[in-house]
Amino acid sequence: MADKAEGMLGPYRVLDLTDEKGLLCGKILGDLGADVIKVERPGGDTTRNLGPFYKDEPHPEKSLFWFSYNTSKRGITLDIESAEGQDIFRQLVKGADFVIESFPPGYLEKIGLGYTALEKLNPGIILVSITPFGQTGPYRDYKTADIVAWAMGGEMIPFGDTDHPPTRISHHSQAYLHAGADAAAGAMTALYQRWSTNQGQQVDVSIQEAVVNCTEHVTSSWDLKHINLSYGRWPDPGHELTRLWPCKDGYVSWFFWGGPMSHSNVPLVELMKSKGMADDFLLNFDWTKYDAKTTQQEIGQMEEPTAKFFLAHTKAELFQGALEYGVQLYPVSTPSDMMSSPQLAARNFWQKVEHPELGATLTYPGPFAATEVEPPRISRRAPLIGEHNQEIYEGELNISPEKLSTLKQTGVI
Amino acid sequence: MDKKLFEGIRVIDFTWHLTGPLTTKHFSDMGAEVIRVESRRRPDIQRVNERTGSFKQFTTGKLSITLNIATPEGLNLIRQLIATADVIVDNFAGGVMERLGLGYNAVRKIKPDIIVLSSCMQGQTGPHAKHPGSGHKLTALAGFNHITGWPDQEPVWIAAYTDFIAPRYNILAILAALEYRRRTGKGQYLDMSQYEAGIQFMAPLVLDYGVNDRVVGRMGNRLPNAAPHNAYRCQGEDRWCAIAVFTDDEWNSFCNVIGSPALAADPRFASLTSRKDNEEELDILVNEWTVSRTAEEVMKMMQEAGVAAGVVETGEDLLDNDAQYKHRHTF
Repeated sequence: MADKAEGMLGPYRVLDLTDEKGLLCGKILGDLGADVIKVERPGGDTTRNLGPFYKDEPHPEKSLFWFSYNTSKRGITLDIESAEGQDIFRQLVKGADFVIESFPPGYLEKIGLGYTALEKLNPGIILVSITPFGQTGPYRDYKTADIVAWAMGGEMIPFGDTDHPPTRISHHSQAYLHAGADAAAGAMTALYQRWSTNQGQQVDVSIQEAVVNCTEHVTSSWDLKHINLSYGRWPDPGHELTRLWPCKDGYVSWFFWGGPMSHSNVPLVELMKSKGMADDFLLNFDWTKYDAKTTQQEIGQMEEPTAKFFLAHTKAELFQGALEYGVQLYPVSTPSDMMSSPQLAARNFWQKVEHPELGATLTYPGPFAATEVEPPRISRRAPLIGEHNQEIYEGELNISPEKLSTLKQTGVI
Repeated sequence: MDKKLFEGIRVIDFTWHLTGPLTTKHFSDMGAEVIRVESRRRPDIQRVNERTGSFKQFTTGKLSITLNIATPEGLNLIRQLIATADVIVDNFAGGVMERLGLGYNAVRKIKPDIIVLSSCMQGQTGPHAKHPGSGHKLTALAGFNHITGWPDQEPVWIAAYTDFIAPRYNILAILAALEYRRRTGKGQYLDMSQYEAGIQFMAPLVLDYGVNDRVVGRMGNRLPNAAPHNAYRCQGEDRWCAIAVFTDDEWNSFCNVIGSPALAADPRFASLTSRKDNEEELDILVNEWTVSRTAEEVMKMMQEAGVAAGVVETGEDLLDNDAQYKHRHTF
């Protein structure tokens, strides 16, 4: 049994029908203390097939993606298309505050469980719908994938190099995580409103819109100057700047920032000076004059000794120097680097979570906020398939063991 | 007119740059009274930086006052204002609010149920707390640059990516704290680290390292469970369309769209496994078809056949061309 503290969202119950497009929403609400019930199709959701896997064994109970974004949830199986499954779902809705879903627009209406139907059962219910392009508009029935969302959200065109197509961030979808976090914010915003209206509502989250909220300068550059940002064409007036630099054992992120931030370059010069690697140009350059009028040749004179300095040092050495001198430089890190960070250790960031059936304790990213009042925390590992069927169906809905057995045999649960 | 959603909530906003202003914008957009406290001596770099429109974008709906809180009179004025507030937000480097005499313990004496959120690079405690930085570089520390780009190439820069993750968690924290205050009457201090927010979006790769001892690298636009899966060159300068084919059904539809139904059964591409094995060859074939068509045409043809596809949109596309944004009045 999980040791669930009250949590900031302690009194609330969430029914989570989402796939990978929305799992983060329920995880956030659960980590904040809400009672989140992940409702899976009988046999388990297909999202369990997404890798990576525990000990590289592809298995629905071993998906590390599933583990990551289903913490602090209980789990039941239910066929919400069958008549009996719908009866059960309606009963659950009566006792819930939120339903979160990521079906194609119109699907829930089609099976009789749209917002209008749910609202009749429970006027306070907040239905959070996460879809590729939203519930309305000409693209509402379009399909998405992370790469499509990234492309149509304007977050792909600015990144990459001229020898390759524009690129996305590799591995699991980032777009869906932005949408999931937005959905959780939408859910809590609707809850805030419910306290003055006593009414729930449907929250319409578009993954495309979640992504476009990540773009820096892309829309404003077009809006103000009719410039389309493209890879390498960033709005530094006339300057080509190096932003990721090779060092002895990897890369570091640094750029010579001009204009109002030009003072931030001084600590790097001080650090290089301490190692005897700042040349006369760097030592004598007046940083208050680093602005749009600075020439590309001068940028080259800043960058040349800097490149040499970085190549002569490791990521760890440069990070240490950056910390000592206040240089705004960070190493290009990997999960291995992050898991050995003294900063994260000092803040007790990592959270150990037991997986008894694997005989293992896994290390998870910990709370997203540090607070002494009911901090967000992982209250239990992701549910196994139908792990809480008995607890919820028998214990809460008073379905008899015989009936439960029939429901299992007929594929309803 | 109905009451605005956050009407009656007053936010004192000490933020600048990206993360902080994006955080308070959620509340000003929905009716809270957000009062920016600005310094004339060190104005927000987004305000003075004429090359971008970020300041205009992220400061909508907010009020602004200027105040030198380093003077006793200034400090006194801000304390009076804080006594009337519900939420305080800052995104200075760690420890700055304390130094200004406006740390949580000081302000809770003025307003016991105040909610204070500080958002900095690595949190207010720990050995790196006071290290200044920006999201452009923190994106590297949180692991995102390492996994962006091509396997045999340098990592790719993705601007201040984590500056767009952190505000989401900041907003969530404030919303949860408002709900908690409603029930209990208690305020709280929320110490937010952009680094820790970013790592939430890296969770599967953190677990992969912890469990399997694997550090994954860059995969370009590839994905293990899809092919074709890339951005393909289209007609015109710098025009691209992203296409993602996951299932065999989608593959069959894709082949029909490009007018080569026979390709569906071609042993080089008939199954996902074979498509993955011959992905380079497949990408060349797809590019040959897309290059003579417009990105919009490719998207439309694919989507109508049930294949996920989308124009790699530019700023111009987002604001002027995309029919979906127009319909939904996104901007």
